[in-house]
Amino acid sequence: MLWIAWKMLVGNRVKYLGIVFGVVFAAVLIAQQASIFCGLMSLTVSQIRDVEGPGIWVMDRHVQFVDDIKPLSDNELFRVKGVPGVEWAVRFYKGIGRARLQEGAYEQMIILGLDDATLVGAPAGVFLGSIADLRKPDAVIMDDAGYKRAWPGESYKLGRTFEMNDRRAVLVGITKASRTFQSFPIIYTRYSQAVLFAPPERKVLSFVLADAQPDVPSEEVCRRIEQRTGLQALTREQFLWKTIAYYLRKTGIPLNFGITVLLGFLVGTAIAGQTFYLFTVENIRQFGALKAMGTSNWTILGMVLAQAMQVGIVGYGLGVGLAAVFGWVVKGASRLSFFMPWQVLVITAVAVVVIVLVASLLSIRKVLIVDPAIVFRG
Amino acid sequence: MATATIPRTLHDRPLEGIAVRVRGVTKDFGSGGAMTRALRGVDLDVPYGELLMLIGPSGCGKTTLVSIVAGTLQPTVGDVTVLGQVLAAMSNGRKVRFRRDNVGFVFQSYNLLPALTAAENAAVPLLIAGWNRRRAVEAAADVLARLGMADRLASLPSELSGGQQQRVAIARALVHEPRLLVCDEPTSALDAENGRITMELIRQIAVQPGRAVIVVTHDSRVYSFADRIASMEDGRIDAIAAGPHHVDQD
Repeated sequence: MLWIAWKMLVGNRVKYLGIVFGVVFAAVLIAQQASIFCGLMSLTVSQIRDVEGPGIWVMDRHVQFVDDIKPLSDNELFRVKGVPGVEWAVRFYKGIGRARLQEGAYEQMIILGLDDATLVGAPAGVFLGSIADLRKPDAVIMDDAGYKRAWPGESYKLGRTFEMNDRRAVLVGITKASRTFQSFPIIYTRYSQAVLFAPPERKVLSFVLADAQPDVPSEEVCRRIEQRTGLQALTREQFLWKTIAYYLRKTGIPLNFGITVLLGFLVGTAIAGQTFYLFTVENIRQFGALKAMGTSNWTILGMVLAQAMQVGIVGYGLGVGLAAVFGWVVKGASRLSFFMPWQVLVITAVAVVVIVLVASLLSIRKVLIVDPAIVFRG
Repeated sequence: MATATIPRTLHDRPLEGIAVRVRGVTKDFGSGGAMTRALRGVDLDVPYGELLMLIGPSGCGKTTLVSIVAGTLQPTVGDVTVLGQVLAAMSNGRKVRFRRDNVGFVFQSYNLLPALTAAENAAVPLLIAGWNRRRAVEAAADVLARLGMADRLASLPSELSGGQQQRVAIARALVHEPRLLVCDEPTSALDAENGRITMELIRQIAVQPGRAVIVVTHDSRVYSFADRIASMEDGRIDAIAAGPHHVDQD
């Protein structure tokens, strides 16, 4: 009987495509918008992800997210180092400075200052020059997207110079780096150099990056640091989620995307529901005939649900596929953030299941109450 | 009197040999002031091996009566016994299974599934009964071949003429060898020639010992195919007359 249900469904091409279109529309919109949202959220934590090595970030207790810098005194580094369970700790500077390019143009840049001795937090994706070159005077490594923004259309050239806070900066390397929320160029340099590039402040230490001894859990070390220093200490994952939670809570981004997703859900449900209902009404005599011939209500229910699920599966596949293709194309051709984790696929699948179930509800009622005697009426 | 022409002994006649027994059936639609009485105490017996035609003007209750006999409609009052089973005593589920196993339908407007081929349409009752699709379609193809449709097995209903569609509907009604065949205006959409062929097929294949056929019609061209003709008027059976094929079983 499921085979008959399937034949009935695809037999009416126009209606079938109409129902599938409704589901595809909803699935595309939900998956695409959710993926762009995830992409944006991943931008907010890209700098935490890119700093490899330290498992613990220590910062002022009022810091709410990675860009919310509340400088610390340099002494805090030594206090953190003195906490039992801390394997090592280094300074880390994060700030924004204004670069004056040789051409006279100005460009805001994110300055990341790495510990002079260890260069902990150095980028892993250097593809031109080397990290060791950061030890040279005035040396900086820039991310490739930043380079293209600072010198659009020009090929990579090491040795270029520009000014930061009236200080000379020399480009010694180009690296791959995750894009940031602000999309400014990122420059990596030594800590001692970074504080010179930045506008002068009394306190300049942004974060202390640390790691726990192998036999002590990071969470326990964080707790000890907070207890002994009064600072805020978070594991990398905790800091990452704290940053995301800040954007979710304090900005309108989730609401804006949520509205679009909801709209996609509602419009998709309306299109699919209406078309599916019309399809059922159009076939009501056939359903009546099947009932008259001895098809039980349970079987009829199964047929309608099978039709709905079939539409859902096709619509979901096409919708998610189109969203993925959209992301792949647009990501390559523009700076749109697009990140489709498996959770987006699950959320879209759940939404599609709800859509087809809601869409089939009216139809189910219609076919269940249809009197098989309808077939005897002319 | 509605049952004036029915012998008085009919009420007491044993059920043996009777495929359909209708006693005192009344059917009301709606309620209160809007209530319409479609049937008014109908009595009727249809013996096995008989083709009974129900005739009468539109709105006289033919379709209502046949719907009740087929178990798709509940009478308001009265008893209906079909193939020895009292319909009122059956649960809905049991009635559905009873129809599936014992009743074949030929509808006025065919009610073929437009997306299925002729063979697939004819196989539907077997599919409902849980047959494997390939076996069901093969069995349906055999019946269609007997109805002269061997060369149109793969045609969709939209590719068939009215007469051919009706043959597919007849094949569908007969494929599971039901003991009761209910036909509602099977020739009303057909020209005289196709109507005659359709009735010949129904007589040939369905009128067998152990089976009964009820045909609702007001197509006077096909009255000659009946064993008996029950004429209805205003919700009652007015008269029952012997048709050309009648063999007295009393």
